Amino acid sequence: MTTKKTAKKTPAKKKPAAKSAEKSAPAASRSSKAAAPYADAPINQALTNDDKIAALVSMVRIRKFEQAALQAYQKGKMGGFLHLYIGQEATAVGTVGQLGDDDHVITAYRDHGHALVVGMSMNECMAELYGKYTGCSKGKGGSMHYFAPDKNYWGGHGIVGGQIPLGLGIAYALKYKGKKGCCFAFMGDGAVNQGPVHEAMNLAGLWDIPVIFVIENNKYSMGTSQERSSVYPKEGLAARADAYNIVWDQISGENLYEVRAKTRVAMERAHNESRPTVLEIATYRYYGHSIADANHQKYRTKEEILEYQQKRDPIMVWERYLKEEGVLTDEQAKEIDKKAKEEAKDAVRFAEESPFPPKEEILRDVYHSVDNPGTHSNEGEIFFNDRLPWN
Amino acid sequence: MAIITYRQAIKDALAEEITRDESVFMMGEEVAQYNGAYKVTEGLWERFGDKRLVDAPISEAGFIGLGIGAAMMGLRPVIEMMFFSFVYVAWDQAVNNASSIRYMSGGLINIPLVIRGPANGGTNVGATHSHTPENMVANFPGLKVVAPCTAADAKGLMKAAIRDNDPVFVMESTILYGEESEVPDDPDFIIPLGKADIKRAGTDLTIVGHGRSVLVALKAAKELKDKHGIDAEVVDLRSIRPLDEATILKSVKKTNRVLVVDENKPYCGVGAQISHLVQRKAFDYLDGPVHRLSAVDAPAIYSPPLEKIQLPSDRDIIREVELMFNINA
Ligand SMILES: Cc1ncc(C[n+]2csc(CCOP(=O)(O)OP(=O)(O)O)c2C)c(N)n1
Ligand SMILES: [Mg+2]
Repeated sequence: MTTKKTAKKTPAKKKPAAKSAEKSAPAASRSSKAAAPYADAPINQALTNDDKIAALVSMVRIRKFEQAALQAYQKGKMGGFLHLYIGQEATAVGTVGQLGDDDHVITAYRDHGHALVVGMSMNECMAELYGKYTGCSKGKGGSMHYFAPDKNYWGGHGIVGGQIPLGLGIAYALKYKGKKGCCFAFMGDGAVNQGPVHEAMNLAGLWDIPVIFVIENNKYSMGTSQERSSVYPKEGLAARADAYNIVWDQISGENLYEVRAKTRVAMERAHNESRPTVLEIATYRYYGHSIADANHQKYRTKEEILEYQQKRDPIMVWERYLKEEGVLTDEQAKEIDKKAKEEAKDAVRFAEESPFPPKEEILRDVYHSVDNPGTHSNEGEIFFNDRLPWN
Repeated sequence: MAIITYRQAIKDALAEEITRDESVFMMGEEVAQYNGAYKVTEGLWERFGDKRLVDAPISEAGFIGLGIGAAMMGLRPVIEMMFFSFVYVAWDQAVNNASSIRYMSGGLINIPLVIRGPANGGTNVGATHSHTPENMVANFPGLKVVAPCTAADAKGLMKAAIRDNDPVFVMESTILYGEESEVPDDPDFIIPLGKADIKRAGTDLTIVGHGRSVLVALKAAKELKDKHGIDAEVVDLRSIRPLDEATILKSVKKTNRVLVVDENKPYCGVGAQISHLVQRKAFDYLDGPVHRLSAVDAPAIYSPPLEKIQLPSDRDIIREVELMFNINA
């Protein structure tokens, strides 16, 4: 019981993140023009009308892409898993959407949203799902393993929590190189119970690493509610950061303004003080854990799903704000929806028409030394196939 | 004899052992309330309750370690890996602690632990989810590892594993869960660890495999007979450590030719050990070199048609045998 008290008290004592966010919180009451909470935060004030529309487009593109992917999956066009991000779009757009040249991203297997926001094309993403050569990873990684290092996007990782130390390392490298950047390391609410996550947090707190740990709390890890997997779920998973002397904050993932505002505070902390932050974003996935999770209405109620879909949908909420601000019309919204749908349809066509990788590709990209002959001092055999199936 | 699925056979084994022995409990992710990610434990939580079926958070190092500790205290934990690929996050617990404690304690402690779950490729889940670590586990003295391919073997080996007083890794296959075959009804039906099984008798060639590769070999054997009149004997290792050397050698001495097939990557794969055994102990009986088929030596590729090529198929086996017999197909 005493532990519980401390756990509750400590975050309240040092909550600079929450405090700085508070500054922008009463925005609604201060300004009659911008009714939405956190619209007054400087980073949101800086948004032009076009920027706001672009953010909407970004969220809608994720949704349409995934709806098209789901259809293709159901037609048997791809294998393996498909974890949909639908319902969580404001998180990727509000965080990754603020990436500067020296800011980086790494995430788990629910990775399509972040990928589209960094600027990966629907074509390469869809083709990857199809296992095609034109996919972002040449068809080698699949849904869970998207990569685009040229866009500071370091994957797409399938092992729960496994990407978090990597995110720490990316941020470590930024600091090492003297860059004023940060790395967003995304994970789910279930991932916080992996040991490497905690080791990474301790190292980040200990060594002043500019990493932003983002917990996308969609309330469930597969069929397990956070109440069944974590102690003190109500106090917030982010509060664990106290143990590592890391500032933390909680964010409502249905309000893009709030995601942006609080993320900005964390980014500035990383850029200016080289200090980590833990952000916990409350969000929801509308579909099952993956398409295979047909039982997702058993561990959560229909009412709960509907509540999020009908009242707290991040795209709907954002559209409402923009309409209230006079930035968006119904026609424009429809047009955005239609365009994204067409783009997704084109991506499906692109994926369908693309070739599979040639079989020799199985043995490429295993070793840098093999792919770049003459550049390493290597001798001896490195592959051990007595005979290849195609020889 | 009942005809049941491989999944049902494992479930029956678990249920019977949980009923029989109070110290047996199951722990893992989604094993209880969700009924198992692959439905292997479906209905068990309802039947046996919270104490015997425990849902754990995604903390493999924590709960595998817990399993070892509980086993040190005389319980018989059965830990499910949703995928065996996830055992790597708990590698220190699973292989370092589980294999060494008995030895380091001078035999004062033993660890009756089972770690079970699917370890297979072929389902397009990519490199991180398609590992077959039985060869690595077998490399640790102190650990035992089995890989059943039929429902009966799955049941008999699972029960033997649970009753065993050492840590046993049971490698299953998501592709086999739905496959049906005959299983004896006897609740004490057990298959001892370390006992191979001749899945098909033959005279011309011995094909040695484990896990799903055995079924692939059986399919190839049928075609080899039809197409070339080659009568292959298929030896299913079932248990990789302990290993039934006698059955392998007996078969080799009869057929004089050996093809080893497994889904492992070739380097230090299970097949390498079998190949060594055969040349060391049956050299004079061989009419030619031991051949081996493994997965193509690269991480598991996602692209579905390519992953099919990467794993040894019945076509590959037939081709290899044709080569061994100098048949120009
Ligand atoms: C180490 C490890 N254990 C288990 C799994 C299987 N698994 C994949 S996702 C998942 C649930 C993760 O939930 P959460 O972290 O909340 O992320 P979400 O799926 O909700 O985005 C589990 C158990 C895995 N991929 N890796
Ligand atoms: Mg979750």
